[in-house]
Amino acid sequence: MVPFLACIVLFLFGLYAVLLKRNIIKIIIGFSIMEYAVNLFFAFAGFKREALAPIITDVGMVRNFVDPLPQALVLTSIVIALATTALMLALAMRIYEKYKTFDIAEIRRLKG
Amino acid sequence: MIELYVLLVAMLAAAIVAIEVKDLLAAAVAMGIVGFSVAIAFILVQAPDLAIVQIVVEILAVVFFAAVLLRTTHRDSTVSRRITPVMVFPSVVFGFFVVLFGVIVAIALRELPAFGSPAMRVAGEYLAIGMEQTGAANLVASVILDFRAYDTLGEAVVLFTAVVGVLTVVRQLGRKEDKGREE
Amino acid sequence: MRGMSLIVQTVARLVAGMLFLFGCYIVLHGHLTPGGGFAGGVLIAAAYILVSLAFGSVENVEQHRYTFSSVFESMGGLGFVLLGLMGYVAGLDFLNNLWADYGTPLRLVSGGIIPLANVAISMKVGAGLFGIFLALGASRFVMKD
Repeated sequence: MVPFLACIVLFLFGLYAVLLKRNIIKIIIGFSIMEYAVNLFFAFAGFKREALAPIITDVGMVRNFVDPLPQALVLTSIVIALATTALMLALAMRIYEKYKTFDIAEIRRLKG
Repeated sequence: MIELYVLLVAMLAAAIVAIEVKDLLAAAVAMGIVGFSVAIAFILVQAPDLAIVQIVVEILAVVFFAAVLLRTTHRDSTVSRRITPVMVFPSVVFGFFVVLFGVIVAIALRELPAFGSPAMRVAGEYLAIGMEQTGAANLVASVILDFRAYDTLGEAVVLFTAVVGVLTVVRQLGRKEDKGREE
Repeated sequence: MRGMSLIVQTVARLVAGMLFLFGCYIVLHGHLTPGGGFAGGVLIAAAYILVSLAFGSVENVEQHRYTFSSVFESMGGLGFVLLGLMGYVAGLDFLNNLWADYGTPLRLVSGGIIPLANVAISMKVGAGLFGIFLALGASRFVMKD
């Protein structure tokens, strides 16, 4: 139960950064941390004690493996997370070019 | 499992540093520490596929952050400021959400199978017939490219959209007229 | 973007080729060992990014790399969709695993369309991430300050 709780605390740290930080880069870092927390939660949910990684090395071996399904779901999600982080970084770069600041309160004041 | 708990503590500490430190490059590096700890945790829970992807992706994420921060600025001017009235409402909402989330988590964790003994209702079938039906020895590969290949197709579409989005946002073509009109 | 010092360039010259080969190995053995199209594709992109960072580039070269990456990403995506459509050609479902029993299990030639789909995905992921890196870090998209 402790690893699940650690994942949830990590998720709340990321959510704190997204909701309450005023720097755009910190918000993007918060999104990344939330993604790590969710990926880790999935991997923990499929973990089985005394089991092997789900790779068959011999035809007749005993198939005592951890759950491969959460791993397959997370595998795609990690790469998507990198691509969306890059998209957010590109938007942040454009915003900095226009307003010369990463502070969202300043940006709101300078708008219009 | 003691090493997993040590790793989780290190991860939480690095996350606090990444969120609160004043220099943005240091924040990106601390985020890298969180990511590499996640990679080691993947190895400890027997997921080598995920560990390889996570390590390489984390390196590229830190490179992307460094590329953007070195072209803009790496000082966070918002950290040392005192609490302004604007921040009160989001703080209250966040506190309310944390309480609500805690209640839901407490209910959900009671339903979840304990750590180390998953239900494996679907996965039992994959483990039993995976290699015979697909011919692939790596069962994760057989799941992402055979049993659930639509997921991978959707991932490819999302990746394509993200790449097109980055190129559209960043490139300077077609922005010249915009600037001329403003000035 | 500017290149880096002689030490970095020498090390990059030694390492980049091996990194690329290791990425290819991980892609081709994705159905037997940990790894696969995603990990291998990101490694291949890392090899190209290492060369770009170490040796720098001028605008003309970056234009070429940009074209190269977009062509390869489209090829990877199209390849994956075509592999799926071959199921229709055979009279079965979309993304059906054809030739699943061709070759012996635990050997390189096995797994039906899984190795081919791994290659397509690695091209898509690698070229896409390299294109993102070019957009975020290269001088063609230089900002005025």
